[in-house]
Amino acid sequence: MSMLNKDAKLLETLFDKDIEKKSTRDGFGTAVVDAGKENKDIVVLSADLKESTRADWFEKEFPERFIEVGIGEQNMATLAAGFALAGKIPFITSYAAFSPGRNYEQIRTTAALNDVPVKIMGMHAGVSVGPDGATHQMLEDIALMRAMPNMIVLNPCDAEEGRKATLSAVANGKPTYIRFGRSNVPVFTTKDTPFAEGKALVLWKSEKPKVALLGTGSMSYNALVAARALEAEGIGSIVLHNPSIKPLDEAAILEAAKAAGKVVTVEEHQVAGGFGGAVAELLSKKHPVHIERLGIQDEFGQSGEPDELIEHYGLGPSFIAETARRMLKV
Amino acid sequence: MSLTEQERISLEAKAKAIRETIITMLVEAKSGHTAGPLDMADIFTAFYFHILKHDPQNPEWEERDRLILSNGHIVPVRYAAMAHAGYFPLEETKTLRKFGSRLQGHPERTRLLGMETTSGPLGSGLSQAAGMAYAFRMDTKKNRVFCLMGDGEQNEGNVWEAVMWAGKQKLSNLTAVIDRNNIQIDGMTEDVMPLEPLADKYRAFNWHVIEVNGNDVEAFIAAVEEAKAIFEKPTMIIAHTIAGKGVPEIEFDYHWHGGAPGKGVPNAEQGKKFLQEIRSMKGKLPNEYA
Repeated sequence: MSMLNKDAKLLETLFDKDIEKKSTRDGFGTAVVDAGKENKDIVVLSADLKESTRADWFEKEFPERFIEVGIGEQNMATLAAGFALAGKIPFITSYAAFSPGRNYEQIRTTAALNDVPVKIMGMHAGVSVGPDGATHQMLEDIALMRAMPNMIVLNPCDAEEGRKATLSAVANGKPTYIRFGRSNVPVFTTKDTPFAEGKALVLWKSEKPKVALLGTGSMSYNALVAARALEAEGIGSIVLHNPSIKPLDEAAILEAAKAAGKVVTVEEHQVAGGFGGAVAELLSKKHPVHIERLGIQDEFGQSGEPDELIEHYGLGPSFIAETARRMLKV
Repeated sequence: MSLTEQERISLEAKAKAIRETIITMLVEAKSGHTAGPLDMADIFTAFYFHILKHDPQNPEWEERDRLILSNGHIVPVRYAAMAHAGYFPLEETKTLRKFGSRLQGHPERTRLLGMETTSGPLGSGLSQAAGMAYAFRMDTKKNRVFCLMGDGEQNEGNVWEAVMWAGKQKLSNLTAVIDRNNIQIDGMTEDVMPLEPLADKYRAFNWHVIEVNGNDVEAFIAAVEEAKAIFEKPTMIIAHTIAGKGVPEIEFDYHWHGGAPGKGVPNAEQGKKFLQEIRSMKGKLPNEYA
C-alpha cells in the first residue's frame, strides 16, 4: 500500500528495482550549463578535478567563463570572493573534503562574513564515495557549513533535485553550499517535484503515523523504502525529505514530530552537528520527543563499495526500519 | 610623471596628519596595531590623495579602482586616510574598535562602504584582488586593482597560490604592494620565517618587481606609474618601510607591532609624546614644518 504524497509529484515507479540511477553531481553539471546560457555573470572555477565535479560540462559550453586554478582550494575560494565582489556569480568546484574542508576559514571570512554570493559545490561527500577511503569521504561538512552565519546549506536527494538546487543558488544572491555525492543513486523526484530553499517535502504520509523518518540527501530514498516496509507490517509513518538544511523548514519538522510522536533522522554525515543535530536542537526547544539520529557515529569512513558502506554504517532501509520498530517497542 | 614641489609638500603634510590621527585613534581604542599603520601612512596618502580613481561621496562608484587591504590589522591607517579623504567625519575615527562602530578592529566590507572587502586572517587578499582583476579584464573594464600585504603575511600558503595564479593569468591590471618593514608579531621576519630573496621569488613566479622606499611618497607614486606601464605581468612593489615610522622611539621595534596600552599601542602619556614627535618629525621627513 502506497502512502506516497501525490503533491510531491514523485516518479510513479520509484520502488522499481531498475529505477534510473545517477550521481547527484550530474544535476549540478546540467544546471550550471543551462543557467550559464541565460546568465553571463556565472563563472565556474575548478581545482584540477573538472571531470569528476562535472565542471567540464560548463567548460565545453563556455570556455571563456571556466577558470582553472590548479590544486589550490584556498586560492579558489578567495579568488571566487574577488569574482563575486566584481559582480560575478562564481561556482567553486572540488571535493567536499577539500572545499570546504581545507578552505574553511577563507570561505568564512571572504564569502560568509563578506556576504558575497560565492557558490561552494562540495562533491564526493559521504561514505558512498567508496574505494577512495576516509580521506576523501567528507562527513563533517554540514556541521561546518550550517554553523556559519549568512550561509545557505542545501543537500539534494537526487540528480534532478541537484539541478534545482543549483538553479536556486544562481538566483539567491547569497553564499551557498551544496552537497553532492559521487555514487549513482535513484532519481525519484521529477521536474514537477517542488523545491525551495527553506522547504522540506513530505514524501510519504500514512493515515496514523507512529514515527517520522526525516531524511536529507540521498538518504531520504532509503527512508522511503523503510517506510514502505513498515507500512506492510502495519506501522504507519511520515517521510519528510529535507534538502534545505539551512534554512531548516522548522514548521514542517514540528508538524511531523507532533503527528508521529517519534523521530528518526537519517544522513550520510556525522550525527554530531549535522542534520540530526539541527533537528534535535529544534525539537528539544519546541517539541521534545524521542529522537534517534542515524548517521556516522563519531568515526571515519573506510574503503569499500558504496552499498556495503551504507549498510555497514547503518544507513540502509533495513536498519532505518529496525530503528523505528525498536523505538516503538520502548 | 613626477610631482610638483607643491604636490609633494601637500602629500607629506597629509601623511603627517594621518599619522597623528592613527596615534589619537589607538590611544582611544586601547588596543590594536601601531607599527604597520604608521609605516604605511605615506603609501595610504599616495593612494587616497594621488593614485586612486575614487569618489569619497560615492564609494560604490562602478569605475573606481579597487584597493584591497589584505593585512587587515593595519586598518587604522586606512580609516584615518579615508576620514581625511572625506569618506566619513574625522571624529568617527575615535570609535575604532568600540561597540557599535563601523570601524571594526579588522575591516568589514558590510559595515563600512569603501572597505572593498573583509580581511584580517592573513593571506587571502591577493587572491581576491586577482579574482577582481580577472573579472574586470573579462568584461574589458578599465578598473585597476591594488592589493596591500604585509611581509610577515608572505608566510601564508594562500599567498603563493595566488602569486602562481596571477602570474599564469598575466594580470597586468593588478598591482600588489608588500609592506617590507621586517617585523612580525614574534620577531624579525628573517628570524621567524626568512623571506629573502623576496624579489627573486616574485620574479620567478612571473611578476614584475619594483623595490622602493615606502616612506617616500614621491618614489612610491613613481613605482605605481611604472607598474601601470607594464603589460603581460602583474607587478609587485616591495615597499621598504621603517616599522613605526614617524615615532623615533618605536621605529624598527617589533614589540610595537601591536598589543595593549603601553605594550604595543600607545597609552595616553605615550600618545602625547608620540604626537609631539610626529609633529616635529625630528627632521626625518622633509616637509613644510621641517
